[in-house]
Amino acid sequence: MTALRVLRAGPRTTLQDGGRDLLAHLGVPRAGAVDRPAMRRVNAAVGNPATATVLESTLGGDELEADADTVVGIGGAAVEQVVRLRKSERMRIPRADGGVYVYVAVAGGFDVAAVLGSRSRDTLSGLGPPALQPGDVLPVGALSDPRHDIAAMHHGPAGDHVPVYPGPHLDRVGRRLFTEFLSAQWAVTPAADRVAIRLTGPRLRPEVDGIDSEGVVPGAVQLPPDGQPVVFLANHPATGGYPLIAVVAFAALPAVAQRRPGARLRFVEAAQPLYR
Amino acid sequence: MAVAAAPLGDAAVRCVVDDLAQSHALHAAVADAQLPGVVNVVPTWRCVVVTVTHPMFVPSVLDFVSGVDVTAAPPRSTREHQLTIHYDGEDLHDVAARCGIGVAAFTERHSQADYVVAFLGFAPGFAYLSGLPAALSVPRLATPRARVPAGSVGIADGVTGIYPAALPGGWQLIGRVDERLFDEQLTPPALLAPGDRVRFVPA
Repeated sequence: MTALRVLRAGPRTTLQDGGRDLLAHLGVPRAGAVDRPAMRRVNAAVGNPATATVLESTLGGDELEADADTVVGIGGAAVEQVVRLRKSERMRIPRADGGVYVYVAVAGGFDVAAVLGSRSRDTLSGLGPPALQPGDVLPVGALSDPRHDIAAMHHGPAGDHVPVYPGPHLDRVGRRLFTEFLSAQWAVTPAADRVAIRLTGPRLRPEVDGIDSEGVVPGAVQLPPDGQPVVFLANHPATGGYPLIAVVAFAALPAVAQRRPGARLRFVEAAQPLYR
Repeated sequence: MAVAAAPLGDAAVRCVVDDLAQSHALHAAVADAQLPGVVNVVPTWRCVVVTVTHPMFVPSVLDFVSGVDVTAAPPRSTREHQLTIHYDGEDLHDVAARCGIGVAAFTERHSQADYVVAFLGFAPGFAYLSGLPAALSVPRLATPRARVPAGSVGIADGVTGIYPAALPGGWQLIGRVDERLFDEQLTPPALLAPGDRVRFVPA
């Protein structure tokens, strides 16, 4: 069976797929790839189903070795490309020049044991295959179909102003907070991971500190008592007890997740969806 | 009675109901309906959040939840768990003193109450239980502990919580249960689910 051997791995290099569905009511995060469109594109590029298991590298630079001829797709924050690897050939995963998360799909998909139906490393709860280490051997499955059409795969918008919808708790924390959130410039802090990116900027002062816990969604912008917003990403917890002041539009979130510490962000109120 | 539902962002729906029983009824209705595109349904005290895989699934979820009558016949979970508790928590004496009663009186009252699993969150299998007698309510610890052992039973702000694994925590610890609350090899992986009834049986 074909396999890829890990020669070098950063501390935050994991395997990811579509995540664990329908378990959040038991406290299990969905997890899965942070940049889902990138996962889908690299899989499509090698003929895999959209949510086949891929390697997610934080910042890139990891090294792999193929133990048989194979094909890999690279994308996300690195230049997208498909690379043929010969037996015993080594490959360096490119640096994440365009963001944070680089994805590598192998034709056939990484075939490791699933936990609760997913091969995603849940970095918040510690479920699923552990972070990759040098010496790990990643078996390759047989999911690939080269007739896959990748023409329909597209990038989300990556504009200067991130579209957001008003959050559900503004009536309790103060409507003005949404206006203040939109008018400020924010910077991504180094405290960023698969769970959330934390922003720094003018201190927002909510009228209440906490709320009764409620379900959280990807893109939800939470305001803890320190007044510095937190934007939840793929590995967010199932519930949260701080008010949500905004929610990032679905199509804009992958590009937000790829913003590096120090990046400046501005938010703009999204146009109403057609169904309202 | 109709459910007040609105989009949460553009790929989720947030429903507000009157109480926990309605929250559980709505959770059950949405979960049973197996609506297309739904990836998670999370009930909490007075709220149910339904997450979908893409904005295109939001209208059908809004449509469905607006037609659910959460007061008609709230489905009561038929599951009841008897958890074996050892009342030996680090904060037990402080908690009893704060309630103005002795430890024996505290544990007797705590173990005689009926609890309902309100929801799970914070960590896989971490259950929040309603039903703590008001006289036994205490606030959270001023300084959370860095590590609370698995199985610990804590109380805070009128709610009882059970730690499924070693985790940081700010609840006042009154004891621990023998049962394993989360096992990733089992289906479902969590022992407790929203709406289940729980009794604590002293070891």
